Amino acid sequence: MTATAPTRRPARTAGRLRWSLRLERRLEVPRWLPVATTVGAVVAALVISGIVLWIAGGDPIAIFVHIARSSFGSLGVLSDTLVKATPLILTGLACALAFRMRLWNIGAEGQFLMGAWGASAVVLIPIVPAGAPSIVTIPVMMVAGMAAGAAYGAIPGLLKAVRGVNEIIVTLMLNYIAFLWLSYWVFGPWSEGGFQLSRPFPPEAWLPRLSDAAEAVPAFAGLTVHLGLVFGLVAAVLVRFFLFRSRRGYEVRLIGDSPRAARYAGIDVTRNTVLVFAMSGALAGLAGMSEVAGVVHRLQQAISPGYGFTAIIVAYIAKLHPYGVVVASIAFGALILAGREIQPSGIPAMIQGIILFSLIASEVFLRYRILFERRDA
Amino acid sequence: MSDAPTDPRPLAVEMRGIVKRFPRVVANDGVDFELRIGEVHALLGENGAGKSTLMNVLDGLYRPDAGEIRVFGRPVEFRSPRDAIAAGLGMVHQHFALVPTQTVTENVLLGLPRPRFRLDAGRYDDEIADLARRHGLAVDPRARVWQLSVGEQQRVEILKMLYRGARVLILDEPTAVLAPQEAADLFRTLRSMVADGTSVVFISHKLAEVARIADRVTVMRRGKVAAAGIPIAETTTAGLAHLMVGHDVLETIERTQRSAGPVVLSMRDVEAEGDRGRPALRGITLEVHSGETLGVAGVAGNGQSELAQVLTGLRRCSAGSITVNGVETSSRSPRQAIGQRVAHVPEDRTGVGTAPNLSVADNLIMKSYRDAPLARRWTIDSGAVRRFANRLRETYAIAAPSVETEARLLSGGNLQRLILAREIATQPRLMVAVQPTRGLDVGAIATVHRLLLDQRAAGAATILISEDLDEVLAVADRVAVMYEGRLVGLFDAEDADVAEIGLLMTGGGAPTAGTPVSAPGVP
Repeated sequence: MTATAPTRRPARTAGRLRWSLRLERRLEVPRWLPVATTVGAVVAALVISGIVLWIAGGDPIAIFVHIARSSFGSLGVLSDTLVKATPLILTGLACALAFRMRLWNIGAEGQFLMGAWGASAVVLIPIVPAGAPSIVTIPVMMVAGMAAGAAYGAIPGLLKAVRGVNEIIVTLMLNYIAFLWLSYWVFGPWSEGGFQLSRPFPPEAWLPRLSDAAEAVPAFAGLTVHLGLVFGLVAAVLVRFFLFRSRRGYEVRLIGDSPRAARYAGIDVTRNTVLVFAMSGALAGLAGMSEVAGVVHRLQQAISPGYGFTAIIVAYIAKLHPYGVVVASIAFGALILAGREIQPSGIPAMIQGIILFSLIASEVFLRYRILFERRDA
Repeated sequence: MSDAPTDPRPLAVEMRGIVKRFPRVVANDGVDFELRIGEVHALLGENGAGKSTLMNVLDGLYRPDAGEIRVFGRPVEFRSPRDAIAAGLGMVHQHFALVPTQTVTENVLLGLPRPRFRLDAGRYDDEIADLARRHGLAVDPRARVWQLSVGEQQRVEILKMLYRGARVLILDEPTAVLAPQEAADLFRTLRSMVADGTSVVFISHKLAEVARIADRVTVMRRGKVAAAGIPIAETTTAGLAHLMVGHDVLETIERTQRSAGPVVLSMRDVEAEGDRGRPALRGITLEVHSGETLGVAGVAGNGQSELAQVLTGLRRCSAGSITVNGVETSSRSPRQAIGQRVAHVPEDRTGVGTAPNLSVADNLIMKSYRDAPLARRWTIDSGAVRRFANRLRETYAIAAPSVETEARLLSGGNLQRLILAREIATQPRLMVAVQPTRGLDVGAIATVHRLLLDQRAAGAATILISEDLDEVLAVADRVAVMYEGRLVGLFDAEDADVAEIGLLMTGGGAPTAGTPVSAPGVP
């Protein structure tokens, strides 16, 4: 849409002609626009990252090609990307669900760790007798991981619902507590020979991998992608169903948009706050379970490179939509994987950061129309 | 062009061929408008007719897509309200832009280049007090804005503009927030200002007040001028209404004979506290029968909001009893109130009555999503929701492209239709409607009244809380007057004395302290 210059237009005088930029509030957002701005923001972020890489003396094109090849270039690396994406999908869903109700759960990291701890306890205490078959061990580990995450998520939920305590601060601090809790167990009771890791889990506690079927399908040989990915995909479908097809999900969306309208509609905001926090914690807890049972096969201090925090970005990029979380998680999984190929730290984190900032900045295009105007000063 | 060469007064503002487009709407479509020096020029039109857009263009908030503006004869192109005020144009919006914790003087000075470093408050206080006195704007320059009534805050906004040298004042629906007495004060001020050579644009959709205050009137309809600058003496209320809506509006409401049934709502000595812990309801006792409408009149802030909240479960009573259909309900939740089929048309349509970013369908099911046929155990049947929403959209003529449209995109009248449709769909026994027509245009007001009367005919008991006494008298069977949390009068609407009610509303009726007026039985 053009901003027609007003009718009066005196002769140009050199040097006094100016372009100016003006924001005008949008009354309506076309359906395609959110998708377009998201894609546009990612492209812009890659361009900016490319410039930084170029200044640093790298060849941006070569680097991006390298990233693409080392994350999607073959079946093997694609499988590795999906392994990295799995915990992001589940923690991303945890964040997206809570954020839908405007509950700022930034404690997915802590809930992830508690889930990992709960699942490990099944093997290490042990809750299930040693030698029990997978069909028993794995479901019990899932329940234990989700229960631990849910209980841990319910703490900020209860504090907020009953006493109005700010959930951002509580969840942030609970992350540290979870980390130290985990450290206590891996340094102390569950330490193997004094190292900060537990003894390995027996194979009955391992999530099946594609490579397990390599005898039947030779192409699967070496593929590490595990059952946790299926948990993530199923969870995405369930969260979507919950939000858009269930009564409780309707309440969550209503509270998220207008707590006062929700109260007017007779909805119990307090109870939903606790419930959604617990559900969010359960999803993050399942991510922790899937990581110890599917990837590391033991409990150790370093099981998360910050999945619970990256999940916040993932949920935002996905615009809090469950299926968007899956797509964004795979993209970030690729970045994490390929990032290690380029540089141990630094560049990959920079690219992530620039993507996040671009996405936040792109919101302005959703709220405003940008008008360029030529003016005679 | 309807230039009247006979009028010697020069033009303060001249707008020619103004076009302003928004996505999908042309808010102003070749609009001409002129304002003479020293007149009150009313800009009349329904909600969404383009009045505010036109004035926002004049004030520099929007830039026109086409058209030409002259102010005091000079062509202008404003980039912002700052440019407009420099040219002598000041606009007072419906929502004030004041800092509550600062004094009147500080608010007036805010954003001005002087004083630069040191605020010599005393000197400016006197200057502003003097300016206020000259224009009959009674306000204490040392008071902090949060202490002021809405009427006083409006005066501060006007002072801000005058202090900046505004010779043209644009007032966007200034009386929407005012009590009748405050409106009368405003009109007196405007009269004295135009006598001093200030010019005023008065945006309104209320015919009566336009007839009272304006010298000339320009009527807008759907982004175009329906009538330009007619002297008010040459108009009739009916004629203006016709120009505004394009068809004749029945100003009188056809009312069927009251056929009151059994008591639906009974309140006995109900007390409740307001948000700040002060008593808001003091011993309210009343009864409302099936098929009857009780109007509650009063100036805003005398306990009407709390009365509605107590009835709908949004606020707890501290004493007394409330029964609905014989069931004690004084301490219940909104959920229980909904279960007892108490419907609520809330005062705040966008903050409470709807969730702005959810779809029309999601907003329509707010009260019925728990029950069949919309709910199937713990899921919601999306097909049933769509059918339900489409049926309501058609029955109540909610103008929205589809039921998937977000509610915030609806106009005020359509939003109110949505709320009424939703509430009526619950087949209420008791309908509590708070300010249901505030800010709506003539056509939408008629719709709301008709829907409320239909409910009455269907046997619902209705409580209509409104600051608009004409509305209360037109719609209600009985009128209760509230003042400082008490019922200070109860009349049959047919033989109610407007002057007496007005007196009671403003505390002039010497209320019989502490003794609520008991509800007379219905014949």
